[in-house]
Amino acid sequence: MRKTIGLILLFVLPILAVVLVVNTDKPMPTKLDKLKEKYSKKHVPGVDHSKFAQLNKKFARPQDITLECISCHTERHTEIMQSTHWRWLSDEYMKGRGIVSIGKRNILNNHCISVGGNEGTCNRCHIGYGYDSKDFDFSKAENIDCLACHDNSGKYEKEKEAAGNPKPDLDFAYIAQHVGKPKMENCGYCHFNGGGGNNSKHGDLEEALYEASKEVDVHLAKDGANMQCIDCHEAENHKMEGRLYTMASMNRGRLECEKCHSSKPHNDDIVNEHTVKIACQTCHIPIYAKVNATKTHWDWSKAGDLKDGKPYDIKDKDGNEIYLSIKGAITWEKMLKPEYKWFDGTAQHHLLEDKITQVPLVLNPLNGDYDSPDAKIVPVKVMRSIQPYDPEFKTLVAPKLWDKEVGKGGYWKDFDWNTSIAKGMEYAGRPWSGKYGFVKTEMNWILNHMVSPKEKTVQCIECHTRDNSRLAEIKDVYIPGRDYNAWVDNFGIAAIVLTFLGVLSHGTIRIVYGKKNKVKNIEEEENNE
Amino acid sequence: MNKVYIYKGFERFWHWMQALLIIFLALTGFEIHGSFKFFGFENAVKFHIIAAYGFIILIAFAMFWHFTTGEWKQYIPTFNNIKAQLNYYIFGIFKNAPHPTRKTQLSKLNPLQRLTYLGLKIVVIPIMVSTGILYMLYRFPQGEGIRSFVVAGLDTIAILHTLGAFILIAFFISHLYLITTGTNIFTNLKAMITGYEDLDEHENHDEVVEQISENK
Repeated sequence: MRKTIGLILLFVLPILAVVLVVNTDKPMPTKLDKLKEKYSKKHVPGVDHSKFAQLNKKFARPQDITLECISCHTERHTEIMQSTHWRWLSDEYMKGRGIVSIGKRNILNNHCISVGGNEGTCNRCHIGYGYDSKDFDFSKAENIDCLACHDNSGKYEKEKEAAGNPKPDLDFAYIAQHVGKPKMENCGYCHFNGGGGNNSKHGDLEEALYEASKEVDVHLAKDGANMQCIDCHEAENHKMEGRLYTMASMNRGRLECEKCHSSKPHNDDIVNEHTVKIACQTCHIPIYAKVNATKTHWDWSKAGDLKDGKPYDIKDKDGNEIYLSIKGAITWEKMLKPEYKWFDGTAQHHLLEDKITQVPLVLNPLNGDYDSPDAKIVPVKVMRSIQPYDPEFKTLVAPKLWDKEVGKGGYWKDFDWNTSIAKGMEYAGRPWSGKYGFVKTEMNWILNHMVSPKEKTVQCIECHTRDNSRLAEIKDVYIPGRDYNAWVDNFGIAAIVLTFLGVLSHGTIRIVYGKKNKVKNIEEEENNE
Repeated sequence: MNKVYIYKGFERFWHWMQALLIIFLALTGFEIHGSFKFFGFENAVKFHIIAAYGFIILIAFAMFWHFTTGEWKQYIPTFNNIKAQLNYYIFGIFKNAPHPTRKTQLSKLNPLQRLTYLGLKIVVIPIMVSTGILYMLYRFPQGEGIRSFVVAGLDTIAILHTLGAFILIAFFISHLYLITTGTNIFTNLKAMITGYEDLDEHENHDEVVEQISENK
């Protein structure tokens, strides 16, 4: 009896120990506590610009404010003039291609396609005054628009279709006296609205972040960390941290979650080990476009339909423009699951002169696969479009879309692709065969924002599952729970079934014969007697 | 009939602990494999790893025991009587024929058992343990980061591990059945629980001595 109890204890005790170990509540990670403490201290400016006499005057031109800024901050303009925010160009090394200068100036996208020729309207989001053509003088410091980023009054605004110049009737003195570190509103003015409306491009950057809840974005949330963009995107000497690979190519200047959170932020080693191949964003941004919709598909070939010779718009019930005569048919979606791709920190870019060799044409293929040591799986918003190209030369085209006046070739006024493409390609200095068609294109927008609370993180089973795995498109790695070898599984199941059937029939025969034998034995015994 | 102490205390503990762990590893393992949902994937992984460490520790003790007691000799394969044993399972058993191999303290396993268990011990279990350890430990935390061994063919490792699991389940089913083929259905089960089994009367001292000298 004592032995039996001993044996039972030997079984039960280890199980009990295991249960206790698994259920132990671990204390909050101190790293996160420290971060929360760090970012709860808000910046207090050391200077009050409203006390400066030189800002308390009437400014005839916005450039005069810039000159006042430079008169005290004597070298800052040199920093700005080296920045991508100013140059809209960056020297990038591209694999198999060498060093190229690319940026908003010359790169094509699949939203409004090209900046070139359309500077008048696009360049409202340039941090300068009057960048209205490729002849803009990038060496003229007075054209730096300090206020776009440093206005803290909330009253500064750029004029529409004025190449970055501000609205003329602003109270410049008041604005100049209320400058400071950039707030979310400064960044959001352009980065939330690029591509023709709120959340149009990114899907994870939009005006809802101004008043975000923790559900939408734990970092920016008023009830969360209540951070500002520049808390992460630090900009020592105006060198901004963080890059977007719709433009960038190289693994440099990137901003990674690990900067604050380290690569071992979880209590669980297995989860930490995922960080070798999985970017933080992949699990922590389970959905994007959480509040307002983002553009997911844009069909330029549908543009140009007119009612009584006039352009028109159709909006959905949320007010999103789903058809515009000037732009074509647009699909907006929200609460989207990202797509997932390998990314090693480098990207390729399709340039205007490049031949289209594959359809759909990916404008910025992300480099990396399981075997590249730096590559991780990242969440991506894939923007899909149908945009004009040259079927003869097999290149994309850069149409001129915008002009203030009718008859200058701007498609949005004239609705004629022929003149629009001719003007645009001439402006870009590229040949055009005279023919145009429409081609499917894709663009990868890596998602970095709208980080969800940890309770909403992607769960193991969402990837480690046979059906509808989030990582269904990641095919070059064995993922437990998702993958299996069909031969082995079939063999295994067959082995189990056959063993079971074998045992079953053997047992049945034993029982049947057993009864017969019993009868026989009894008979024999009786006979013997 | 004689009551013989055939399965020692540790042996029984090892057997039942191993049974429990293998069943639990199979349950959690096949959940990880995506065959069904029970604990939830995250828990299944956690439990599988804990049970795996338990299994490895148990194996370490069992190996020590086998070598120090000389019990490992029980698994030396023999091809004598193998045909008789097969014949027994295919024909004899239905006619209530006697077991062709006599179980004694010094030779508990019939030739088929010897082969099967040896196969498990030197092929299936080592494959399961080594593939399992590789899959479990090729990445590990070190300092502020995570380090990895470069393991080519992680998928092969995982698939081998799965194959082994299927084989173990097939073994488990036949094992469960074959233990009912003792003198009566519960003889073997009872022996593995209490350690004692009623063995043939005419197993006398002389025979034991004979066998001991044979083994030497």
